[in-house]
Amino acid sequence: MAHAPTSSDNSKYYIPHGSPWPIFGSVALFVLMSGAAMTMEGANNGPSLLGAGFVLIFTLLFCWFRTVINESEAGTYNLHVDRSFRMGMSWFIFSEVMFFAAFFGALFYARNFALPWLSGAGAKHLTPELLWRGFEGVWPSNGPLKVGPRADGSFETIPALGVPAVNTLLLLTSGLTVTIAHHALRAKNRAVLTTFLLATVLLGFLFVFLQAREYHEAYTELGLQLGTGIYGSTFFMLTGFHGFHVTVGAIMLLVIWFRVLRGHFTPDRHFAFEGVAWYWHFVDVVWLGLYIFVYWL
Amino acid sequence: MLNRKVATVMTSLAAAAPTLAYESTYNLPVGATDVSARVYGLHMMMFWVCIAIAIVVFGVMIYSIVKFRRSKGAVADQTLLHSTKVEIVWTLIPVLILIATAIPAARTLIVMEDTRNSELSIKVTGYQWKWHYEYIGKGVNFYSSLAADSNEARQLKSGIDPHGVKDYLLNVDNPVVVPVNTKIRVLLTGNDVIHSWWVPDFAVKKDAIPGFINEAWFKSNKVGRFTGQCTELCGRDHGFMPIVVEVRSKEDFAKWLADKQAAAKAATSGEVAPTATAMTTPAAATTAAL
Amino acid sequence: MAHADTHALHAADHHDDHKPHGIGRWLFATNHKDIGTMYMVFALIMFFIGGAMAMVIRLELFKPGMQFVDPGFYNSLVTSHALVMIFGAVMPAFVGLANWMIPLQIGAPDMALPRMNNYSFWILPFAFTLLLSSFFTAGGGPAGGWTLYPPLSLQAGDSFPLTIFAIHMMGASSIMGAINVIVTIMNMRAPGMTLLKLPLFCWTWLITAYLLIAVMPVLAGAVTMLLTDHYFGTSFFNPAGGGDPVMFQHIFWFFGHPEVYILILPAFGIVSEIIPTFSRKPLFGYDAMVYATASIAFLSFIVWAHHMFTVGMPLAGQMFFMMSTMLIAVPTGVKVFNWTTTMWKGSLSFEPPMLFALAFLFLFTIGGFSGLMLAIAPADYQYQDTYFVVAHFHYVLVPGAVFAIMAGVYYWLPKWTGHMYSMTLAKWHFWVSTISVNVLFFPQHFLGLAGMPRRIPDYNVQFTDWNMVSSIGGFVFGLSQLLFVAVIIQSARGGPKATAKVWDAEPLGLEWTVPSPAPYHSFSDAPEVH
Ligand code: HEA
Ligand code: HEA
Ligand code: CUA
Ligand SMILES: [Cu+2]
Repeated sequence: MAHAPTSSDNSKYYIPHGSPWPIFGSVALFVLMSGAAMTMEGANNGPSLLGAGFVLIFTLLFCWFRTVINESEAGTYNLHVDRSFRMGMSWFIFSEVMFFAAFFGALFYARNFALPWLSGAGAKHLTPELLWRGFEGVWPSNGPLKVGPRADGSFETIPALGVPAVNTLLLLTSGLTVTIAHHALRAKNRAVLTTFLLATVLLGFLFVFLQAREYHEAYTELGLQLGTGIYGSTFFMLTGFHGFHVTVGAIMLLVIWFRVLRGHFTPDRHFAFEGVAWYWHFVDVVWLGLYIFVYWL
Repeated sequence: MLNRKVATVMTSLAAAAPTLAYESTYNLPVGATDVSARVYGLHMMMFWVCIAIAIVVFGVMIYSIVKFRRSKGAVADQTLLHSTKVEIVWTLIPVLILIATAIPAARTLIVMEDTRNSELSIKVTGYQWKWHYEYIGKGVNFYSSLAADSNEARQLKSGIDPHGVKDYLLNVDNPVVVPVNTKIRVLLTGNDVIHSWWVPDFAVKKDAIPGFINEAWFKSNKVGRFTGQCTELCGRDHGFMPIVVEVRSKEDFAKWLADKQAAAKAATSGEVAPTATAMTTPAAATTAAL
Repeated sequence: MAHADTHALHAADHHDDHKPHGIGRWLFATNHKDIGTMYMVFALIMFFIGGAMAMVIRLELFKPGMQFVDPGFYNSLVTSHALVMIFGAVMPAFVGLANWMIPLQIGAPDMALPRMNNYSFWILPFAFTLLLSSFFTAGGGPAGGWTLYPPLSLQAGDSFPLTIFAIHMMGASSIMGAINVIVTIMNMRAPGMTLLKLPLFCWTWLITAYLLIAVMPVLAGAVTMLLTDHYFGTSFFNPAGGGDPVMFQHIFWFFGHPEVYILILPAFGIVSEIIPTFSRKPLFGYDAMVYATASIAFLSFIVWAHHMFTVGMPLAGQMFFMMSTMLIAVPTGVKVFNWTTTMWKGSLSFEPPMLFALAFLFLFTIGGFSGLMLAIAPADYQYQDTYFVVAHFHYVLVPGAVFAIMAGVYYWLPKWTGHMYSMTLAKWHFWVSTISVNVLFFPQHFLGLAGMPRRIPDYNVQFTDWNMVSSIGGFVFGLSQLLFVAVIIQSARGGPKATAKVWDAEPLGLEWTVPSPAPYHSFSDAPEVH
């Protein structure tokens, strides 16, 4: 990016005057985090504190976003500000990518290093002999002690060609529908915009629903749980965080949908729409990684 | 290569004055093995390389500070802005120096990692907070903890002056005994958390990690008593799980081993040897500890 | 470098310069200077808290035998000392400087995302309340070392979730701060301020911000895995279930090594501003400095396992990490050589900022040398987890990062307050600190080489002498920091008026074109940069 932008017609870069939301948000985070900590350590008032934390966080999100949306609708943000938002959103998404990278890294490490070593690869050849007699770590594995819910330590995995394949299709389609919606927004075609945006939201929730059913089956019938050794750990943490992101993304899309209904956004000014669409594509790409590395290979 | 020469010179210099270095309170020991002497040589080589560079770099800095003071009327030369030529030069020279030092380092590393052809294997297990030693295939194993007098003196506000305690914090109840001039392989693992087994005079330091077996080796050229400590934070008493290795002549070692074996035979009639159960489920122990 | 045109400034607006009053000014702040000030004050407080813990550590280590604290409490002190110093003192101090200086240096009206700016600050006091409150829970504070290695860190009591969540909050704060810095620099530069005219402080911060966004989420992931291993039965670090405790170390150091450059790159930037000013000569090799910084950042991602030479990595891995680590000396050397050449044929004067920058130059280099020795894998077998490492990293962190922060504060303080401070007092601070910091940390090299492990509360009598010397150095160094506070308070309260240029030199950069103290709102109309 070579040079500083020339400010758009309407005015200077908008610097908001004092805002209560940051400090409110910090308190909210504090309550949420202490609540979570106390809950985990089994303190009596932990859950109520945790609940209060959630209420505060949702209040915060609601109020802060409302402020921003109102400012946006009042025409406060010029193109220069708009560009800051875009850059900010892109870097936020990058940070999310790195968060997932940590878990993909764990999966990669467990499969390519930890399990072979536990089974005596390379310089660790005495490991199974002295510690885990006869262990052969072949993926999928829940480790030498077969950690897991079933007494015999066995478990089954979810085949890649079943629901996960359907889910892949759902998400890919939703990536398409959101793009169509975006084009419609540009082309001022409101009917297509609202329909396809809504379709995206529905596809998203459908994905989450199917995923939840898969989880249920895994927990009740496959012996596959969060505690099913390293396979269960990586499987549920990766797909779980992804599912959480899909949920958040779908809610954001829903908000955008309501804003569209209210007549927000113009063909050339709709950062919120684009930001959420980027996020959705990001969630999509993560899923492809998951599908390949978790379900398939 | 010049640096290898430096390294060899330093090594032989060091080997010539072993007692001096051994007693040092400010430098690495030359140690009792060929590897430890090589490592000492590498250490001194790197040290002198750094000193040499420091003399040049700090020399120029000090010269500038003394010479180009405004208070002495120095006027800044505004034309000195950049020069691709010098940038290249002072990129390349360090690269060459580093390559020259990396080569002997890599060679030593290869030697250190070669655990083949060992004559005796000892399995070392770290516990919170003591070591367990098992002479593989010899039927001898025992725990080794901080010596009682040290342990008493190290209690908070014990009032005991550590200067009066023999080998304060560097003494154990049961030292490991090994034969001299013999390639000993240590097989390391942890029972609860990660520990690390370090004996400076052998230049051996390897982590003892629950669930995995790490290997290291040493071959002491000298008879004597060598001490070390746990070097991975392992909880409250991390500072209080020393290591003592007694290197004895081969005959003395054989005698010691025979005595131990006899004692073990006598004892097994009643109880099970601790390791038979200790390491079969280290993870179970780990989870229990969580 | 930037030559500024001041005429735009005085056309500045009328109503905009009024400051909000009362506590609301701070709680609801959106002004980059106010937020910068809060960051700096917070960092100073944390420096004292972390320093107070260090004083107890040095007190216990003054002589052999356990005199004052329980070994478990000692471990908590060491752990919290490091977390407080790194995440509470040094990083927030750099963010505070970034807040104050980046908009001024690039001719921007404020940071790009002012509300988020305030959020990233206010999270911090709460995060550290969580962390430090764990000292009062059953089982005491976190005691597994700042590196939080499992399985040990999983043995903690009630402090465990508090520590993890505090780290999550610090991470969120850092990521938001970093996004703000990037967006500000990429989007808010005055017309004509091309990237290769950007002051070096902005450049180093820009690259630091990229590092932060890349690695803070990885730390969040690592501690999340600790959390689920502890409470939800996952097996990431449990070999029985197919995991590996060493995997944590890989993930942690993938964050941790770039983190140490996060702690030093902005320091490089500060020094690159100060040395030219007091040499009265532009920085030598500006472009090379930028490229060197970028190379350091890039290399920092591929050296992490030099912290793990003793874990039993395959030989090839050790070779790779040894050599890549050694390579970092090259771009760092380029920086040192360029600073030195900037002074060459200059016209040097030695005001407090310059003194601290010079001490940085010498003492950081010494820390770098010991880093290079640590990089030699076979030798690191002897150094690893001894006081030699403690000496190394305190040299790069204390007379490195912390001295650079002090240099920056002394350099820009008159710009912030509008008042000059007592040069005499500041020079006293400099000399006492510089001498005592060496007394404090130099002997630790000897201790490490002679065989003293780190993270132990008690030691064999052979280590007594150097520990006493080190402790005495520590106490003097700690006390001398009170002078620093005195200077800051003095300058905040009054004193001789500072001019716009502040220094008897021709400092480059837009910040010197605005009056001292800098007006409440920075460049409402962008200046022209030629
Ligand atoms: C600001 C923080 C900072 C910085 C900048 C550095 C810089 C470096 N560090 Fe350091 N390091 C830490 C903070 C830092 N470190 C911390 C906190 C730890 C311990 C963590 C823990 O375990 O708790 C640590 C630990 C640590 C280890 C692990 C030690 C162990 O636990 O066994 C190693 C090993 O390689 C290492 C190496 C290096 C190297 C090679 C550099 C290089 O970047 C240095 C480069 C600089 C120079 C070399 C000097 C200038 C150069 C010249 C004048 C050019 C010419 C020179 C030559 C060609 C030689 N560091
Ligand atoms: C930026 C980071 C940073 C900074 C600034 C410091 C600053 C200091 N550190 Fe720290 N330190 C670390 C990062 C840092 N450290 C890390 C990462 C570790 C490793 C932790 C681990 O192993 O997990 C460590 C570990 C560590 C140890 C090793 C402990 C052990 O392994 O057992 C020691 C021991 O001497 C030590 C000492 C000090 C001292 C004396 C200072 C001094 O510079 C502090 C000076 C400041 C003050 C003292 C405060 C100001 C003054 C007052 C409060 C006035 C009152 C004064 C008196 C009463 C005298 N530190
Ligand atoms: Cu065992 Cu430290
Ligand atoms: Cu590092």
